[in-house]
Amino acid sequence: MSDPILVLSGVSKTYKNGFEALKSVDLSIRRGEIFALLGPNGAGKTTLISAVCGIVSFTGGTITVGGHDNRRDYKAARAMIGLVPQELTTDAFETVWDTVSFTRGLFGKSRDDAVVERVLRDLSLWEKKDSKIMTLSGGMKRRVLIAKALAHEPELLFLDEPTAGVDVALRRDMWEVVRRLRENGTTIILTTHYIEEAEEMADRVGVIARGELLLVEEKARLMEKLGHKELILTLDAPLSSLPPALADRGLQLAADGATLVHTYDTNAPRTGIATLVGDLAREGIRIRDLETRQSSLEDIFVGLVADKNQPAEEARP
Amino acid sequence: MNLAAVWAIYVFEMNRWRRTILQSIVSPVISTSLYFVVFGAAIGSRIPEVEGVSYGAFIVPGLVMLSLLQQSLSNASFGIYFPRFSGTIYEILSAPVSPFEIVAGYVGAAATKSVILGAIILLTAALFVDLRIQHPLVMLLFLVLTAVTFSMFGFVIGIWADGFEKLQLVPLLIVTPLAFLGGAFYSIRMLPEFWQDVSLLNPVVYLISGFRWSFFGQADVSVTTSLVMTFVFLGLCLAAVVAIFRTGWRLKS
Ligand SMILES: Nc1ncnc2c1ncn2[C@@H]1O[C@H](COP(=O)(O)OP(=O)(O)O)[C@@H](O)[C@H]1O
Ligand SMILES: [Mg+2]
Repeated sequence: MSDPILVLSGVSKTYKNGFEALKSVDLSIRRGEIFALLGPNGAGKTTLISAVCGIVSFTGGTITVGGHDNRRDYKAARAMIGLVPQELTTDAFETVWDTVSFTRGLFGKSRDDAVVERVLRDLSLWEKKDSKIMTLSGGMKRRVLIAKALAHEPELLFLDEPTAGVDVALRRDMWEVVRRLRENGTTIILTTHYIEEAEEMADRVGVIARGELLLVEEKARLMEKLGHKELILTLDAPLSSLPPALADRGLQLAADGATLVHTYDTNAPRTGIATLVGDLAREGIRIRDLETRQSSLEDIFVGLVADKNQPAEEARP
Repeated sequence: MNLAAVWAIYVFEMNRWRRTILQSIVSPVISTSLYFVVFGAAIGSRIPEVEGVSYGAFIVPGLVMLSLLQQSLSNASFGIYFPRFSGTIYEILSAPVSPFEIVAGYVGAAATKSVILGAIILLTAALFVDLRIQHPLVMLLFLVLTAVTFSMFGFVIGIWADGFEKLQLVPLLIVTPLAFLGGAFYSIRMLPEFWQDVSLLNPVVYLISGFRWSFFGQADVSVTTSLVMTFVFLGLCLAAVVAIFRTGWRLKS
């Protein structure tokens, strides 16, 4: 396993108004992975990214990018990073081509029209290359921001809530670009509060709330570890109520009496499925169909954040 | 040294200027012409020679300086204030550029525009008066030094300002009055002695005086003093810029 591309050790950030937005965050990102940072509004996702990129100063800890300390050796560190910010902040009067070329230059890369052209084509922006940015729709502006972030061929790409308020076509294009980048070895860190996004794309997931990184886990393992499964039994004949022998088993009977739902922990030594099926047969309940359902990241996430029994901070004032 | 970045910022700023070239060039040319009509022709015809040159020619260096100061300030302050205002500053902050490179790009572009403008005003002036420049190299030196100094001053204002009004505040309330009182239209020596001494506290006096010396070979204060003072202001502005980046003042939260 090669060195991690990004390491945060004990990173904390207190804003000038005294608000503690990051509380000693430790995180290590592997080269080439897609990492989803999942958390509610105000959790500190943007603050974390901004600290890595040098947009906000942080008050404690260290950050290294590709082995370069992002304060002492900020040039080498930043040159590796591309950032698509959360807010749609673009120039207005510049053309798409100019603004993308500008970023490339800013990141110290010599002019290369072929690279800029490829990036623009990948993002379906080629036809708009001579348009002024202010004439573009919101979705197109977001594409421009992505193009800017890719213009200097970064090794580490941050996508801060990339699909918030984005249409289907852009989502599709974006994931296509992300897939291609990953194939080329680019590391991608995306933040989101949409669970599906993390579920769909990520190799690993980190959950952050109130400035604390609550856990970091392989996506598959996370779902296994924290996941509960539901066994859904469709009955041959509806029941009016659960037989007394089956009470206290965590079974739920649907309102129409035709389905039984058994929730179990996939990690438990016994799932109780075998005994349940036996007991049902003994009661003379016949099963027509059955399916199991894995709980989604959303359920896991809601569970984790709720565990901290404090309401999550809402978006900044 | 990230030269590509310096160049990118420089080109970006020059393009911004090109898009509004008409108002960037035409309005100073018109206002300069008006000054000549009013002060040079209408009033100046009643004023005898000042320090051995016609009044019309006498005010040329002051007029150029006046425009130079105003344009350097407004160009450079707007150049850095606008990205802060619109949020696009994130890109500059996250790029592998040193403070020096950022300043070189923004201040370099603002100073270039000012020098071009100064040259255009000189050419305009030449249409109205018989203009002779005794020390063209010294003139160029003052032109460039002043443009750089006040572009840097403008950069500081652009970082300090947290609204468009504040952007106008310093040029309007401080620099323009100082320029008018600094001998743009008269020689300090025409004042009563007390006010001569007071005037010497005005930094712009040294800029105008040195610049005027390069034209006519004489001025209110010695050219050496002017040059030294110009470098002092340059140093002060530089120190302010360094302090800003050291502390991240108003740039990073
Ligand atoms: N400049 C700032 N000054 C003070 N507090 C801030 C500032 N920026 C963000 N915050 C606060 O820090 C917390 C985390 O914000 P942010 O990182 O934007 O969260 P997220 O991106 O996860 O929604 C929020 O409570 C927000 O109000
Ligand atoms: Mg955010």
